[in-house]
Amino acid sequence: MVDATLASISFDAEGYMTNPSQWSKEIAESLASQEGLATLTAEHWKIIDFCRQTGLASGKAPTLRQITIGTGISTKDLFALFPKGPAKKVAKIAGLGKPEGCV
Amino acid sequence: MKTFLILGAGTGGTMVANKMSKRLDRREWRIVIVDKDETHYYQPGFLFIPFGIYSPSDVVKPKRKFLPDGVEVFFSDIEFIEPERNRVRLGGGKEINYDYLVVATGSHTHPEQTPGLTDAWQQKVFDFYTLEGATNLGKYLETWNGGRMVLSITEMPIKCPVAPLEFLFLADWYFHKRGMRDRVELVLATPLPGAFTKPQASAMLGGMLERKGISLEPEFTIMEVDNGKQVIRSYDEREVPYDLLVSIPLNMGADVIQNSGMGDELGFIPTQKNTLQTIKWPNVFIIGDAGNVPSSKAGSVAHFMLDILVENLSDAMQGREMKASFDGHANCFIETGFNKGLLIDFNFDVEPLPGQFPFPVIGPFSLLKESTLDHIGKMGFRWIYWNILLKGLPIPFVESHMSMNGKKSLSKAPVQA
Repeated sequence: MVDATLASISFDAEGYMTNPSQWSKEIAESLASQEGLATLTAEHWKIIDFCRQTGLASGKAPTLRQITIGTGISTKDLFALFPKGPAKKVAKIAGLGKPEGCV
Repeated sequence: MKTFLILGAGTGGTMVANKMSKRLDRREWRIVIVDKDETHYYQPGFLFIPFGIYSPSDVVKPKRKFLPDGVEVFFSDIEFIEPERNRVRLGGGKEINYDYLVVATGSHTHPEQTPGLTDAWQQKVFDFYTLEGATNLGKYLETWNGGRMVLSITEMPIKCPVAPLEFLFLADWYFHKRGMRDRVELVLATPLPGAFTKPQASAMLGGMLERKGISLEPEFTIMEVDNGKQVIRSYDEREVPYDLLVSIPLNMGADVIQNSGMGDELGFIPTQKNTLQTIKWPNVFIIGDAGNVPSSKAGSVAHFMLDILVENLSDAMQGREMKASFDGHANCFIETGFNKGLLIDFNFDVEPLPGQFPFPVIGPFSLLKESTLDHIGKMGFRWIYWNILLKGLPIPFVESHMSMNGKKSLSKAPVQA
């Protein structure tokens, strides 16, 4: 059940995980479901895995541009897979912090 | 003789030239600086040109005027940088071998990267990040009868991330003064989730756009400009119609960085954010916008980087461990119109906080709160830029590292789901 899976996870005020090590594939599926994505296809996972890898290595969730270049998937397709703000959505699902501005 | 080479003679490059020419033993070191343009632009002034507050002559001076004696200056394109071989090739074939290199080539706008953006360029669609764009927009506004003005931010990062807001605040004021504000709709289309993304700034300035009658199209990732329909279209197929489009195009590092294979996907050089040394080449450093340092891209940031960079360069040159650490400090005045402004002061770890700057209580500049004095500070800064900052001199009472002096925190308890 979605609620039970996420019960022990720490989130910030906007629903981004604050402790990346708590992440698992089941968590990702629950988070995705909350974001309106009932099923995650192989294409979705390719993007989630890429984001998690780069995010953990660099300390920041990757930008849209970095995701398209790194996965070879076009921006249009990214928006189709993760409607409305894919960079933010994937960051959330991949257990990374929010991509941010300065002010 | 060893060679200390600086690429770019804008804000960062000029400051480095001035500081290092006093620091380096001139019997041991030759200092060389290269730039393709002989004109130095006060970029923060471009914002005021569309509204007739500054004219083009207010924001340009010859670069030579600010470069110290004894520094060799080449005005030339830079064709290729070979960091593996410690050399740079200029346009025309001249080669310069260096012992240490500082890349100060900045961040540049690329309207051609967004489909449709350049179709009606400088006719119905303008920018204000170039002198030409700002001047053309100014001329257009003189006879514009009103309509829907959309300011579109293409993608982050941009240099001067507050400029879009300043532009709209000034536009609101400008049209009020001309007695035509009711005939103008102002819209900000941004890929960011809001005009202000940080909690304190959002809390304190949240209602500002609404109060000034500026509407927001957040999370708008522009895909193309449709000049026929006069709309900007996002990747998720939202359309925002415009009568006049002001664009902040994609920002990228200088072409030579990409051509030399040194940059990331936007042409910014991967850099250690605290030492300002490039990740790949120990004798190559950056200052200002050219690196991928996660600070804002702003003149004040280059100024705060300067002393740290100079210390680290000196240590590196002498084979010593680098100790100075850049904290991401940025200090930016934001014009809010009606002769008011506000000031934000922050770094990598601390978001813009309310309070007074630089001194507690007496300020005199208020942080995250509009005041006339902050506006005066913004306008007065031009003098400081030409006469103090570019020379590499310190600004009184303002340190390289951000200080918590005078700042208040409206902290919230962390939320657990």
